[in-house]
Amino acid sequence: MIILFLYGEYNIISGYDNYTLFYLLIRGYIRRGIILIYFRHVSIPWEVCRMKIRLEHLTKRFPNRNKKIKEDVIAVSDFTFEIPDGQLIGLLGPSGCGKSTALNLICGLETPTEGKIFFDEEDVTELPPEKRGVGMVFQSYALYPHLTVRKNIMFPLQNLKGDQKLTKEQMEEKVLEAAKTVQIEELLDRRPNEMSGGQQQRVAIARALVKVPRVLLLDEPLSNLDARLRIQTREEIRRIQTATKVTTIFVTHDQEEAMSISDMIVVMKDGVVHQIGKPQDVYDDPVDLFVAKFLGTPPINVLEGEIKDGRLIAGNDTLLSIKSSENRKVYIGIRPEGFIPEKDGPMKCTMKAVEVMGRDTSVVSEHEASVDNTPLRSIVSADLGIDPKAEEIRYRLNPRKVLIFDYESGERIRVEAEA
Amino acid sequence: MRKDQLKPWLYLLPSLIFLGIFMVYPLFDVFVYSFEEGYNSASQTSTGIGWFNYSYVLHDPFFLQALKNTFIIVIITVPVSTGVALLISLGLNSIKKLKDLFQTIFFLPYVTNTLAVGLVFMIMFKKTPYTDGFVNLILSAFGVSPIDFIEGPYWAKIFVMCFYTIWIVMPFKILILTSALASVDETYYKAARVDGTSKLRIFTSITLPMISPMIFYLVITGFIGAFKAYSDEVAVFGTDLNAAGMNTIVGYVYDMLYGDSGGYPSYASAAALILFSIVLTITVINLLISKKTSFK
Repeated sequence: MIILFLYGEYNIISGYDNYTLFYLLIRGYIRRGIILIYFRHVSIPWEVCRMKIRLEHLTKRFPNRNKKIKEDVIAVSDFTFEIPDGQLIGLLGPSGCGKSTALNLICGLETPTEGKIFFDEEDVTELPPEKRGVGMVFQSYALYPHLTVRKNIMFPLQNLKGDQKLTKEQMEEKVLEAAKTVQIEELLDRRPNEMSGGQQQRVAIARALVKVPRVLLLDEPLSNLDARLRIQTREEIRRIQTATKVTTIFVTHDQEEAMSISDMIVVMKDGVVHQIGKPQDVYDDPVDLFVAKFLGTPPINVLEGEIKDGRLIAGNDTLLSIKSSENRKVYIGIRPEGFIPEKDGPMKCTMKAVEVMGRDTSVVSEHEASVDNTPLRSIVSADLGIDPKAEEIRYRLNPRKVLIFDYESGERIRVEAEA
Repeated sequence: MRKDQLKPWLYLLPSLIFLGIFMVYPLFDVFVYSFEEGYNSASQTSTGIGWFNYSYVLHDPFFLQALKNTFIIVIITVPVSTGVALLISLGLNSIKKLKDLFQTIFFLPYVTNTLAVGLVFMIMFKKTPYTDGFVNLILSAFGVSPIDFIEGPYWAKIFVMCFYTIWIVMPFKILILTSALASVDETYYKAARVDGTSKLRIFTSITLPMISPMIFYLVITGFIGAFKAYSDEVAVFGTDLNAAGMNTIVGYVYDMLYGDSGGYPSYASAAALILFSIVLTITVINLLISKKTSFK
């Protein structure tokens, strides 16, 4: 049996693709003859180009900057999850939690200390960025200031070598196509510094898209924009992603941003993934106190409390009756929308202020069990007409919005409330 | 003048006074001197106004020699020193270990006295009855007959002069270029890496344009500095530069004022103004080119 390695599009003679061929080889179906195996990076149109990304025990350690400390800094710790194809994924976490490092690992700018990265079934861990077929948009956009928009977008195409090399006309065509996708075709002859932040952002996306990447990566794409532009641009990113259907991962520390446009969010802290899921699921059903605190504006209200004889107690108030026989100390998280003002509700709070927001009213009150004496913030309908001058306000709680966490580990305790 | 405009002028006044006394007035004076024919510094009288001083200077073989020397030094040293400095800075920028040590070493010539460096060059190149000099010692190992670099053929002297000038101006350029290279945002290189850009293209399409303002700054100041060269020549060839055939324009001006043949402020002024017009022209050309090619 002779195996020949050739360079070309696909197996013209056998008609099998390389995966099938290998499968047949390993299974022993082919015993005789000449086998031709063709190599080539095939550029695929966007429709076909949805890549599943699988991370297996991905870990990245950096030597500590403080040389006296021998221990390494773990930026990314044992990431194992799969990102479905063609979706928009938000990598979410507080600053310095390693989310940018995770993105750089997927991009190929950093090599992992341990673990593997797969694009579909292809192991790309050892591949340099340009061979992975990724497009990256940097936080600062990294547009070359001395080049026009057209030349900026063309830059990646001019790097292509061998038979991937394009003629000038083909390049122009692709640049125009990418520019149209992000709707900047009338800005092609401008320089980056002659454009607004939002426009620069689009150029950066066009530059990342022009090579038809298998995966699009965005590092804090909205952090350099002002508030109004931010909302506009995040819808723009959603639109572009929906149009191209390219698997997109973006990094952000802004939970609102991540929740609003992502198909899926990955919440991480200190290099560890806490939870992965659809934004609404993660919000409704967080696995631990960190995730619960991190998602939602205004943030969840946290009280110290205990479970005693089937009752959930905070301070002197019995908040809920629950189905739990075990007595233990807990943290109680109450979402702002979980408070229902009621004349003889079980939760007694001291009224601090009422903030009118038009449709809703935000009631700021104090409770004895609140952690660090942080005022509680509840969102109630403006129609209720809360009296700001009242000394006390009493609430009944929506059990679905009350989350209980272990006092030591912060892990979620799932107990059912009794009606 | 409005009242709120008074303050800025008040702040500018000290520097304006100094500039006026030590820059504008002398420049004006030199201009006047250069047109006064037959000026006598003792009686402070002249025989008339005209172009004679310029004509004299331009026909003086010493001036023409100085002009030639200056131009050769400028044309060779500015591009070579900038280019080599760029290469060294690129090297310095890419090493991680001992970077500070090397940076210090490369900066040492800048803080070393010109005359001290001149002395070292003497030891390296000068031929004495006792020794042929260090360089000749090395050359003789390759079977080259000794060359008198200091008092020998013109090309040898020019070589030493250019070598010396490049050596002197290099540290400053390395300092400027290493900081310019370090100030290029790292993300540009990351972006280029994601796109699979070759090292050469990264250099020509990203690094070079990004640091081009600094390169132009170095070229412009390099031209001006090289045109004004004088002390370097003295350090290598001694004070009688005309005899050595290694005079420069500034050296010629100095000689006309204070040298053996001194006492000719008119000729000196004319020569100085010729130098001024040359430097001005070249600088304007440089600025025009830099405006066209630089992106800022």
